[in-house]
Amino acid sequence: MNSQRSQVIRLYKNLLHLGKDYPKGYDYFRERLRQSFRSNLQVTDVREIEMLIVKGEFVSKELEALYMLRKYRALKSRYYYNK
Amino acid sequence: MSMRVLVACKRVIDYAVKVRVKPDKSGVVTEGVKHSMNPFDEIAVEEAVRMKESKVAGELIAVSCGPKQCQETLRTALAMGIDRAIHVEVSDADYANMQPFHVSKILAKVAQEEKADILLLGKQAIDDDCNQTGQMTAALLDWPQATFASAILKEGSDMLVTREVDGGLERIKVKVPAVITADLRLNEPRYATLPNIMKAKKKPLAKKPVSDFGVDLSPRHQVLSVEEPPVRKAGHKVETVEELVGKLKEAGVV
Repeated sequence: MNSQRSQVIRLYKNLLHLGKDYPKGYDYFRERLRQSFRSNLQVTDVREIEMLIVKGEFVSKELEALYMLRKYRALKSRYYYNK
Repeated sequence: MSMRVLVACKRVIDYAVKVRVKPDKSGVVTEGVKHSMNPFDEIAVEEAVRMKESKVAGELIAVSCGPKQCQETLRTALAMGIDRAIHVEVSDADYANMQPFHVSKILAKVAQEEKADILLLGKQAIDDDCNQTGQMTAALLDWPQATFASAILKEGSDMLVTREVDGGLERIKVKVPAVITADLRLNEPRYATLPNIMKAKKKPLAKKPVSDFGVDLSPRHQVLSVEEPPVRKAGHKVETVEELVGKLKEAGVV
């Protein structure tokens, strides 16, 4: 139970960190992140929390992939013509 | 024998920022603008980390020349997996005049001091787009160079590098020590995650004043003016084919 609490906090901090690079801005991201965590405030079932953590980790992986692709595309369109 | 890899990284204005020119045309606005590691240098850092993961490289060192904020860039490199970093401290005034020629002289000295086997760097920085530092450093060190690398392999004691050239790909073999510059397709850099950034704070970061290197920092060329690209003119809408043909005739294209 306690370790899950620290897992959730770690996930939240990680996502906040990722939010700094969010295309629509940090404030936009933070607001939505807070909302989505808050909406699961009442969840107490250990297995359900586990599933939510997995979902959160999936979202952070997706964000990393999004940033990588965005950067790659920007560089490609700037430096590599007609390809 | 595992190799020691030195990676050079530059702190540049973030690729996603809309760059603005200063009203006096002396340069671009950098104050209060998001900066990050040059994306091509990020690729170089990633390649070094992969070389270590595949046991080709032993120790990884990152180096950056510039003002104090460069340490953030070095921390990012450390968070990605570099072992230790060297910050060559340059004052803001000197940095404004610093050109690839000066940087390559410093990098050459660092590479010799650290007994690096490979100097890895991005093919160019996205701020000045010079594409000179790697080449000049190789010349100053009298090391072979493999620029625009899209694949790097170790073959015996040599490095086998695939280069992106205009006509396609070129594969060359270079002896170490060598300078290699990274092209876009070399790899996909990993993200510096929060836990790794925290861990990177404990990694060693040496600070050395640029005066230690005895490099003459006087500029070798002068920037006359920096200007915005011309703004694209707005188009017109035409109602009929006749009007279109008329306009085209007016413009002298038909």
